[in-house]
Amino acid sequence: MDDNTDPRNPSGFNRRSFMAGAAGGAMIPLTARALTQATSATPSSQDPSLPVDVTLRVNGEDKSLNIDARTTVLDALREHVGLTGSKKGCDHGQCGACTVLIEGRRVLSCLTLALSAQGHDITTIEGLSDGAGLHPMQQAFIDQDAFQCGYCTPGQIMSAVACVREGHTNSDEDIREYMSGNICRCAAYPNIVAAVKQAAPAMLSGEQKG
Amino acid sequence: MRSFAYQKAADPAAAVQALSAAANDNPLTEADAQPLAGGTTLLDLMKLDVMRPRTVVDINPLSQAWATVSLGNGDLRLGALARMSDVAANAEIQQNYPVVADALKLAASPQLRNMATLGGNVLQRTRCTYFRDVSYGACNKRNPGSGCAAMEGFNRTHAVLGTSERCIATYPGDFAQALIALDATVDIVGKSGKRTVPFAELHKAPGDTPQIETTLAAGELISGFTIRGRWPRSVYLKARDRQSYEFALASAAIALDVQDGTVRDARVAMGGVATVPWRAGEAEMLLKGQKLDDALVQSVADLAFASATPRRHNEFKIALGKRVVARALHQAATMEI
Repeated sequence: MDDNTDPRNPSGFNRRSFMAGAAGGAMIPLTARALTQATSATPSSQDPSLPVDVTLRVNGEDKSLNIDARTTVLDALREHVGLTGSKKGCDHGQCGACTVLIEGRRVLSCLTLALSAQGHDITTIEGLSDGAGLHPMQQAFIDQDAFQCGYCTPGQIMSAVACVREGHTNSDEDIREYMSGNICRCAAYPNIVAAVKQAAPAMLSGEQKG
Repeated sequence: MRSFAYQKAADPAAAVQALSAAANDNPLTEADAQPLAGGTTLLDLMKLDVMRPRTVVDINPLSQAWATVSLGNGDLRLGALARMSDVAANAEIQQNYPVVADALKLAASPQLRNMATLGGNVLQRTRCTYFRDVSYGACNKRNPGSGCAAMEGFNRTHAVLGTSERCIATYPGDFAQALIALDATVDIVGKSGKRTVPFAELHKAPGDTPQIETTLAAGELISGFTIRGRWPRSVYLKARDRQSYEFALASAAIALDVQDGTVRDARVAMGGVATVPWRAGEAEMLLKGQKLDDALVQSVADLAFASATPRRHNEFKIALGKRVVARALHQAATMEI
């Protein structure tokens, strides 16, 4: 559903745009502080309080951003590129909700600096499908009812895609071990294993052909 | 997370230069300039405000030179920027050094192993809750002289070996136990050139200065590791609260050289129970020239934990640790190679 055509919300005002506005507001004091520091602090080769230019290649498109050096790939995606599929669970590399592929490898976007990710291909849940419908893994998660609340699901799916490509789907035990970096508080684990098993043959035959 | 200046190092000399330029008198772990490789420890601890570098030097561009893995002349050479997952998946390492492959495979999660480097892995910081939570004032590692909240606090996961009155924080890693067991050496690059030291000399037990964790000097970087000889009869066994994706409560890295039923050489190292990577040298001596049986295995396990000093909640680690050592010895002795 398009957020702005929600019949219950004719104003077009919604939670996500409110949150985005609030986050924008929070930037003002930060910028003010940055300016004060820039004038009072001893200038160095790179003043750490000033934003930096970063170009990220996300799902095949270059995104030019002007962001704080502390920004992780996860925050860059969610707050600056506008791709909110990757989720912030723990923000400390413990839950896997932020899993994305960088150069085809599954990594945690919450522990990766956007600055370090420059020049590398980033694939998020939004870029997983080739556009002609759902990716086999997305379809398998629906078919197998592999989630309840859905918050961990984008990370689970990205991890599951990598799990199949890495060749770790030979047994239920193998799948559980290699999906252990993605925590599901609803405990949909048996259905997640079933989804990975369903999608693996479809993915592998599709990728051999492709 | 506090603001920092970000620099990318184009080559080892530039990395050493950038790290040395911002050096101060702090212990290396609190130095103003920190190298960034996989980032899985550094960014985590920066978000927690435990680590507060003013300069972050991204050394990933050195991967071309420092991420190679090679088996030549009977030695294994591991570049410091090789990623844990790549080394764990290397078929030659699985065959010739199962203790190395398994220690890496059983650590962290697939995502973290794809990111984390070997050099960063051995330098990972303790998981002690009182170290990681800056709201606790008393942590001699984080704030020297402030005391140790773990001594009388919740210390179920803390160390029983290599402890001091100042610190009982557990060294959390797995891979380091394999390196110390196999007498690995570490190649280090710094301002005054290159040096190579035994891996056993890299980490420092807490003693009176728990804030000093390694013998690395300011600006020094680990460039790689070397293991001499092959150890096909070796295992890494890890006991933990969850089946996967959890730090060790107790682990054992065992390597044996057995000829006609007699142990010619034996290596015993333990993780999850000590403040630093831990080798049980005296226990190893019991094994040499002997035939392995249940009584001998029990003696080895007992001796490995002879100097253990438990606190209120972690006494179970002594019994658990002995069983892990015993089981790993049996596994190594009976494995097919």
